[in-house]
Amino acid sequence: MRALLLSAALLVATPTVAVQPDEILDDPALEARARSLSEGLRCLVCRNENIDESNADLARDLRILVRERLVAGDSDEEVIQYLVDRYGEYVLLKPPATGANLVLWIAGPGMLLLAGGIAIFYLRSRRQAAEPETDGLSEAEKKRLDEILAD
Amino acid sequence: MLIELGHFALILAFAVSLVQATVPLVGAHKGWRPWMAVADPAANAQFLLTGFSFLALTWAFVTSDFSVRLVVTNSHTLKPMIYKISGVWGNHEGSMLLWVLILTLFGASAVWFGQNLPPRFKARVLAVQSMIAAAFFGFILFTSNPFLRMTVPPFDGQDLNPLLQDPGLAFHPPFLYLGYVGLSMAFSFAVAALIEGRVDAAWARWVRPWTLAAWVFLTIGIALGSWWAYYELGWGGFWFWDPVENASFMPWLIAAALLHSAIVVEKREALKSWTILLAIMAFGFSLIGAFIVRSGVLTSVHAFANDPERGTYILGITGVFVGGALTLFTLRANRMQARGVFGLVSRESALVANNVLLAVSCFVVFVGTVWPLVAEMLWDRKLSVGAPFFDAAFTPFMVAIAVILPIGAVMPWKRGSIARAVRPLRGALVLAFALLALTWAVQTGNSALGPIGVALATWLVAGAAAELWLRAGHRWPRLWRLPRADWGKAVAHAGLGITIFGVSALTAWEAEDIRVAQIGEPYDVGAYTIRLDSVDRVEGPNYLSTMATITVLRDGSEVSVLRPEKRVYPVAGMPTTEAAIDNGITRDVYLVIGDRQDNGGWAVRTYIKPFANWIWLGCIVMSLGGVLSLTDRRYRVAAGARRAAPPMATPAE
Repeated sequence: MRALLLSAALLVATPTVAVQPDEILDDPALEARARSLSEGLRCLVCRNENIDESNADLARDLRILVRERLVAGDSDEEVIQYLVDRYGEYVLLKPPATGANLVLWIAGPGMLLLAGGIAIFYLRSRRQAAEPETDGLSEAEKKRLDEILAD
Repeated sequence: MLIELGHFALILAFAVSLVQATVPLVGAHKGWRPWMAVADPAANAQFLLTGFSFLALTWAFVTSDFSVRLVVTNSHTLKPMIYKISGVWGNHEGSMLLWVLILTLFGASAVWFGQNLPPRFKARVLAVQSMIAAAFFGFILFTSNPFLRMTVPPFDGQDLNPLLQDPGLAFHPPFLYLGYVGLSMAFSFAVAALIEGRVDAAWARWVRPWTLAAWVFLTIGIALGSWWAYYELGWGGFWFWDPVENASFMPWLIAAALLHSAIVVEKREALKSWTILLAIMAFGFSLIGAFIVRSGVLTSVHAFANDPERGTYILGITGVFVGGALTLFTLRANRMQARGVFGLVSRESALVANNVLLAVSCFVVFVGTVWPLVAEMLWDRKLSVGAPFFDAAFTPFMVAIAVILPIGAVMPWKRGSIARAVRPLRGALVLAFALLALTWAVQTGNSALGPIGVALATWLVAGAAAELWLRAGHRWPRLWRLPRADWGKAVAHAGLGITIFGVSALTAWEAEDIRVAQIGEPYDVGAYTIRLDSVDRVEGPNYLSTMATITVLRDGSEVSVLRPEKRVYPVAGMPTTEAAIDNGITRDVYLVIGDRQDNGGWAVRTYIKPFANWIWLGCIVMSLGGVLSLTDRRYRVAAGARRAAPPMATPAE
């Protein structure tokens, strides 16, 4: 059984986990830039993981590619542009605020303004509202409400 | 045979749910008591039948009955017993069965704990709850039957996904479902109130414990999932903004908003229609979450059962229930008049601000989650929305909530002043700024995240303490006599502070080291010395492991010996990494073993994760606050008072 398990295990590819020691650049400044760029890049075959975290081979290729471009002297923007040209904007985990994507970025603040406006309008109306004179409950209901609300 | 009985019980439960969804509703409309009374035994029967059905399936898993298709695809004889049991819900069909089991459990508990509800209202609540149950019974029976047999039973099973063979994940789904499905109670109460055409303080009093319970379960479920991701995925991330995580986070945010707005309805008879809307949306987001997980439209780490037919069915359920409830809502909106009058600066306003921030932050998460889908459908743009977007777009809302929370918590009802509210909080404010300055001075690097996180956390925790002290009139003995609801509120708010602290400390000050380690050659990471002692092959019950033995030292003395592993599950054909963690109050030492290198060394990754455990500690404290609030005597007194009164004393009309 042991031999069987072992041979089965050998058939399975061993995982390469996230950033590998041999990928790391000697220059700490360049490596730091590579890491911060990696956090915004999607591993294309994975599910919402950045290439820094991913175990996939493609992520490894991308990490190495990013480092190659940095070593070749590209600026951060040039590296990103290079990857977007090759893989499309799908590779970016933070969609650029251009064109239709503006909606995505404005949705939060816009909604906050809208909701805040409605809330303030409501609160002002509450301040001026007259307390309704009768509360429309029957005697039995009042008694019951008191029971429930009694501490 | 037992399997067929389980299947049959499920069909019976479906039939009962159809009866319960209609008869009590007609009874409530016509005022026929016997018809309304059908709901109680029906809810119990549904629960018992579904429970039996669930037990039958569990039995098949426990005994490894490989004539059942689901057991074949998700179990294996060598698997430890706990994972045989958790395997029941580690797949689409079984998890749906667990979902309806919990749905019927909540229905039945509405009978058990709902003795104080007016009979007509209770009949309507149970009918609505049963409509939801019927929809999901139908879903299981017609699209995802867990009881299918194999024509030729195989010799052994195909094993459960190894990532799911883990104690954290074994209990993550049940808690999450208790939360998701618990929100169905808020939904049923809201729809019943809309049918009735009345929303008042009593309604808010009834709906709050259910929402609170669901919120507590959701908190625990989300925390378990995040904890699991932390130690299992091999690099110590705790939140990914993955579509499925977002699916559980959105109901949590809305449930939190609902808890707070229901207080305003209860105490001040205002915000009624908004609260009803939140109750509908909270469950709506649970359904959308179910749709996201099970349809596979948004690919995700968690998605099982990527099946368009099932997706369409769940989308249908979501559309019918949310659409129906919203239609009813617009018809009845004019019936829900606010009564309370209050000033712009008041507890009411603070709770409105809380609701605005929570609801809009939920909206941001929602837009970000569905944006890739929208962009692809409308503009044919294939794009990703990931963690960097959510971090940037979501965090400001949490900061704003943390800033206003302690002030809102001490603000009086009706009319207050900010200056007077801040006065008891002066100490907390000073402490927060002092710690902000201290952390800023002490930390290496100049990230603003760490100090701001520390300041906000201090503000929340110290603010909660100051609030308790204020309520106790600055006297120790009275502190212990405060109502549990006051304690629950303060504890939950402090828990939020602790989680904020853990998240910002971990994000700001994590140290990382990746290198090829040679056996016997120590190296330093931060204040610690790491020494790889040996790497061995180890055989587990259903896996093979490459296990490293690593000693962690500090100032020459041993801190701990850790054994990170790389496992291969031959049956499932899947590798996993098992990080080894030395848990501490101020830091976790987190070790991962990688591949053997050409020069004989091993890739070893070391992370020093400061205050990591505080993230989940905060979640536990938040849940504890919820539980404290649930045990407040006011809820029990209300139930008891009703039971003591003669049953017919308060007809619904």
